[in-house]
Amino acid sequence: MKYDIILCGVGGQGGISVSVVIAQAAMAEGLKVKQSEVHGMAQRGGEVLAHLRLADGPIASPLIPLGTASLVLAFEPLEALRYLPWLAPDAAVLAASAPIKNIPNYPETETVLAEIRGLRNSLILDADALAKEAGNVRAANMVLVGAAAKLLPLKASSLEKAIADTFARKGEAVVAANLKAFEHGRKANP
Amino acid sequence: MGFETLMGDEAIALGALHAGLSAAFAYPGTPSTEIMEYYQDHAAREGDIVAQWCANEKTAYESALGASYAGRRVMVSMKHVGLNVAADPFVNSALVKIKGGLVVVVADDPGMHSSQDEQDSRALAEFARVPCFEPSDQQEAYDMTRKAFEVSERHSCPVLVRITTRLAHSRAVVELGSRLPQNPVQKAADRWGWTLMPHSARGLWRDLLAKYELLRAEAEAEAVIEAGSSEVGVITTGLAREYYLENAGEMAAKPTWLHIGRYPMPYAKIRELCGRVKKVIVIEEGNPLVERNLRGILERGPAIEGKESGAIPLTGELTPDNIRPALGLPPRAGQACRDIVPAKRPPQLCQGCPHIDSYAFLKEALAGYPQRSVNSDIGCYTLGAMAPYDAIETVVEMGASVGMARGAAAAGLTPAVAVVGDSTFYHSGLPNLIDAVSHKTNMTLLVLDNDTTGMTGAQPTIIPGKRLKDIAVACGVDPAHIHVVDAHKKDHAANVEIMKRELAYEGVSVVIAVRACIEALKKARKA
Repeated sequence: MKYDIILCGVGGQGGISVSVVIAQAAMAEGLKVKQSEVHGMAQRGGEVLAHLRLADGPIASPLIPLGTASLVLAFEPLEALRYLPWLAPDAAVLAASAPIKNIPNYPETETVLAEIRGLRNSLILDADALAKEAGNVRAANMVLVGAAAKLLPLKASSLEKAIADTFARKGEAVVAANLKAFEHGRKANP
Repeated sequence: MGFETLMGDEAIALGALHAGLSAAFAYPGTPSTEIMEYYQDHAAREGDIVAQWCANEKTAYESALGASYAGRRVMVSMKHVGLNVAADPFVNSALVKIKGGLVVVVADDPGMHSSQDEQDSRALAEFARVPCFEPSDQQEAYDMTRKAFEVSERHSCPVLVRITTRLAHSRAVVELGSRLPQNPVQKAADRWGWTLMPHSARGLWRDLLAKYELLRAEAEAEAVIEAGSSEVGVITTGLAREYYLENAGEMAAKPTWLHIGRYPMPYAKIRELCGRVKKVIVIEEGNPLVERNLRGILERGPAIEGKESGAIPLTGELTPDNIRPALGLPPRAGQACRDIVPAKRPPQLCQGCPHIDSYAFLKEALAGYPQRSVNSDIGCYTLGAMAPYDAIETVVEMGASVGMARGAAAAGLTPAVAVVGDSTFYHSGLPNLIDAVSHKTNMTLLVLDNDTTGMTGAQPTIIPGKRLKDIAVACGVDPAHIHVVDAHKKDHAANVEIMKRELAYEGVSVVIAVRACIEALKKARKA
């Protein structure tokens, strides 16, 4: 078994915590994990990308080969489209709907969303609204993890435990909000 | 003992800590920054090692040399271009009789994710005749760092560990060993092993040349040839191994394969491989260093495919896909957009960044000067080169803004402006200011003082930015032409006036635009 995930967004969206949560859950289930991140200049409002590879055997490359990823998890819709060349034919795209228009040539939002809807297997979520409903606007990332839960080769309980562990040092309220955001995400993609 | 999930940078830091490290010195630089951050976290908790940011890579390296002289195990870490700054101590340290193990970690950035070039530190190691380890994954990063200290002390030489961005910033589980005790303080017994004068250095140079061949013999013993096809051979180095293995299963015949993780290059093993096959494919991250050596300048031996033959791109980072043509494999395809091409999203200054306001007043003050020279430097403010700011004309390397403005002024461009951050100014701008004062250069130095090294994650500046004014005075800048201003929109008109006045002044003037980095404020709030 191998399951490769592209995590993408715009610098400052905090995608690292998503990568950490999924990686921890995978390791708790005995899987091998390799995870590659972007630091430095690219983080300043630019495209930010992480490759997360899960497998039940050794993983070689830290980068996912083209045409083989199982999932794109995008915190921003235009960013979801940037990484389509990495996707396997049957792969899924999960994208947050809120655009970050910090470039002058950003396309019409509707054009971007229509492009995502046109993919074979995609889902657009208002992650911000779902996070707000869950009680913490900053938990939008965990909404996306929730929405990905049924696709990932991991038990929901492993993801929940990883969320609780990741946010434990920030206090009970933050843990509860993130778990609730995860739940809202699951319901959005049952 | 046990297992831990570590980034490549962290695996190196922990490997050194477990090898009995006593001290670490560094200047921040992507992708090497996290090594010192790991040590500082550790030192804050345990207090059992010295972990210090330094003014620049040269001062960091020299501190490391002093610690080695005192008999302690020490690490100095930097990005690839930092090794240029530290080249003087690096090259000369190869000659001294290293006492406490000295390991220099250099993180190269092929693909230029966060750098101005993609130079390969293995070439500098070879130039200085310093042995080099090149780990291929996090486990090797940990293991090789431990081993590097042992090699450093056994051969009395510095050892370079070369990594690249992709290894520095990717994570995997690492199996850990036990932590060795630190060396006692015991300084080098032979001062002539540490005093490089012509008569002593000649002997040390001969020693180094002999030592280098012993080190090559060790590299030969560690390089393993895996038997396979007599048609095709593959040589991989470091991380390239992972990209090769990602694809090797699809090849019709399994190549004969040599992996190199340690330099000096194992010449005998390379010759052996080349003797067994008709064609050799060389896959290495960075310069075609091994490939160039294979080719030499004579046409003989097996056919060689690699970066110089064009089979693998000569620029940029290796990927699991761009080595496929060299391996004779077809391209992989994924999905594609139907109607749009996603617009690029280049990095940009944060909303509310003080540099935005500084560039606003600088640009307005500069209007109407067609013969101007606006030289800038390395840091977040480099992004001032991009639209909508378009505020600066040159960015070359750390500290170059001040020196280039000086030279441009001397050559006749007016006004000449240097735009530099506080941390970069302390790193290597200061000697250029001394030159400017000495020669009464007609230039204006604009220091963007946000009291932090922003781009690398907001490390504190080596000394506070508020001392800049006194430093300029002490260098001999006329206090009437030194201004400390608030880099804020509300002061825009006043700042334009000050800047205009100083651009018109014939002599050295200094404007220090002060406001805290918003990223640093955020980080402080989180902590």
